[in-house]
Amino acid sequence: MNRMTKSQIIEELATKLGIPKTKATLVVNTILDSMIEALEDERRIEIRGFGSIRIKHYDSYTGRNPSTGEKVKVPPKKLPVFKVGKMLRDMLNERVRKSRK
Amino acid sequence: MANKQSEKPTFTKQELIERVHNAVGGKKKEAILLVDTFFEMIKESLASGQTVKLSSFGIFEVRDKKARPGRNPQTKERITIAPRRVVVFRPSQVLRDRINGKKRRRRR
Repeated sequence: MNRMTKSQIIEELATKLGIPKTKATLVVNTILDSMIEALEDERRIEIRGFGSIRIKHYDSYTGRNPSTGEKVKVPPKKLPVFKVGKMLRDMLNERVRKSRK
Repeated sequence: MANKQSEKPTFTKQELIERVHNAVGGKKKEAILLVDTFFEMIKESLASGQTVKLSSFGIFEVRDKKARPGRNPQTKERITIAPRRVVVFRPSQVLRDRINGKKRRRRR
């Protein structure tokens, strides 16, 4: 499988730690909800080894509808930006190097 | 790290552990294990090249970057930047809307 979903993470967490699936669901939802709330509050999130997420502000600009060429005003917006943590970056690239041997 | 745009405290794993602890009860040690295992699993999946899709939150994806020529900005010396893998995060529409203070919107 080339994709891991939330429900698979819940299953695996339950199996790995020998806890009921209901508990694993609560854990995963609590983690994600807490992170969403923090970002809503414009707080930066930092999980050592995994990475950090901060809110970036974008000014409004005049764009174009690519299919009609019509000018449209894009309102200012905020977007979360993820930066990979050192440990995860090393994990990713160690395997790249190994597979190239 | 400097928090340029706001004075608000950074949300850390410590706080996340507390939230999980409040939700599930039990020992603090268990909450630590639960949170650590969650991120460990995501890291392992990404390291093995898997995409991680957390509905309502977003998608973490691994992309391969080719080698490219670069320069050492200090010495201006030409160097080759080695091929590497990066993680890209694509926030879900739900997360984007909540960050921008919009109510949940139905989208297909």
